[in-house]
Amino acid sequence: MRLEYHVSGRDFQAAGGAAAKTKRALRQIGIDAETARRVGIVAYEAEMNIVIHAYRGTVGIDILPERVIIYADDEGPGISDIALAMQVGYSTASEDIREMGFGAGLGLPNMKRYSDELKVTSQVGSGTSIRAVINLPAKEGS
Amino acid sequence: MQLRDVARILEAEVLTGEDKLDLHVEAGCGCDLISDVLAFTKERMLVLTGLVSPQIIRAAEMVDLAAIVFVRGKRPTPDIIDMSRELGLPILCTRYPLYESAGLLYTAGLPGWRHWPRAVGGAQDAP
Repeated sequence: MRLEYHVSGRDFQAAGGAAAKTKRALRQIGIDAETARRVGIVAYEAEMNIVIHAYRGTVGIDILPERVIIYADDEGPGISDIALAMQVGYSTASEDIREMGFGAGLGLPNMKRYSDELKVTSQVGSGTSIRAVINLPAKEGS
Repeated sequence: MQLRDVARILEAEVLTGEDKLDLHVEAGCGCDLISDVLAFTKERMLVLTGLVSPQIIRAAEMVDLAAIVFVRGKRPTPDIIDMSRELGLPILCTRYPLYESAGLLYTAGLPGWRHWPRAVGGAQDAP
């Protein structure tokens, strides 16, 4: 099962909607609350990254029997130093973004914390791609 | 601690979730940043915040928070109240500032995230 949402840069009204829909969909198909929560948080941070930093992008969710994969691909300025962006507290968000409660420098670290695998690739001047994997808990008896 | 105790201690107005005052709140956290809510809270926690934004409700939904208390007399806008009501998320308003709100609840026995048995990442994640 695949879900896909288009995300517009700077649209703070709709922001978070894709993550919310993702989380509800996971619960509806019977994914456990803890996994749905982790996927929701990773999808939310990925979506907000696009809203805050990029012009536009897509958040996709692949739900497989053993894992959930979250993709976020954007057209935007890209990240010049991914290692630096992964550091807690580092942020390039502007002052007006910070006033809205963002720009704590926790976006990518949060995605890493709640994922089992995280891969960030970026091209400056072109965009950023994120792929996060969250393993589903092993089913009893298997 | 029940949500009704939180409302009583903080002399708070209950804006949504009047029917959920029996809800058991396991721990509390004060956050004014969205990512802090996502990083340092767990399900069934109470968040105290001065950040009045629809995004705080979205974050609460992602983490399965028990409830949100807006501090310093801040009042959420009608769209935030509608969103919370739709989600069944209780929101309260108190005139106490963040520090005093947290102190009052902590003194009354509501622990912080350090005491939360499943705090994300453990002590090294302390803000």
